[in-house]
Amino acid sequence: MKRKAAALGTGALFAVGLAISGMTRPSKVTGFLDLTGAWDASLAFVMMGAIAVHFVAYRVIMRRPAPLFDAKFHVPTRKDIDPRLVLGATLFGVGWALGGFCPGPGLVSAAGGSLGAVVFVAGMTIGMFLEQALARATARAKQQQQHEAVQTTT
Amino acid sequence: MNDFTPISALIGGAIIGLAASLLLLTHGKVAGISGIYGGVLRRGTSDRSFRLWFLAGLVVAGAVLKLVYPAAFATSWSATLPVALVAGLIVGFGTQLGNGCTSGHGVCGISRLSMRSLVATGAFMTAGFVTVFVVRHVIGGGR
Repeated sequence: MKRKAAALGTGALFAVGLAISGMTRPSKVTGFLDLTGAWDASLAFVMMGAIAVHFVAYRVIMRRPAPLFDAKFHVPTRKDIDPRLVLGATLFGVGWALGGFCPGPGLVSAAGGSLGAVVFVAGMTIGMFLEQALARATARAKQQQQHEAVQTTT
Repeated sequence: MNDFTPISALIGGAIIGLAASLLLLTHGKVAGISGIYGGVLRRGTSDRSFRLWFLAGLVVAGAVLKLVYPAAFATSWSATLPVALVAGLIVGFGTQLGNGCTSGHGVCGISRLSMRSLVATGAFMTAGFVTVFVVRHVIGGGR
């Protein structure tokens, strides 16, 4: 019960932050990305505010042996810079600029009834399905290849 | 400068940072929206309940905000619906491939000083700047 309430509450608070910051307004996003036009620097301030708070809080919270409602922390530990990371992030940047939404504000705005955001979220869902399916197929093909390689050497 | 709102941006950003911190404190999770949402779609995700409740919070707040603070969704520019669909497809595919978006890499990852997230944020910001430049100033002629 506490776990669910905490998840619900943090999700709602996150949405309020997005709304106040201007991230749910596509014109603010493209205004920020339009460096050579009438540049709107606001989104840089959103990043600064969020990172300032989380940078400090992260260090305080991680001194605990565990989070409140879980046995351990689930923080990514990978350090390798692979082509998937760079290609994926680049694609994301292109889509973000074309639609004016990133995933969080897209979901919040879709819930707020914006038709453009509903269509964006539908596309995003399909895009995620496609990538996950492709990743599964690639992993299977690799496994198959290794299996065959083992068979030919023995 | 066009529609510059540094104070509300800082306050909203701080609230985003606070929400991410509370999620870490309570669930030990990174507040990466593309990761949380993508995990719901993936087969065999173990912590589906937490993901669904967090997303429910986003959605309920979105609907309430529309009633009490409609200005949050006011925009002087919107993508056409076909462009929004394509944008969504690219964002969905890209965030799964690159393991994150503005929240997971841009806020949480940079706060941890994760090299992967710094590289990813540099990549998506650069791609965003270039895309808007091409769409507005090369193709669109500065609209």
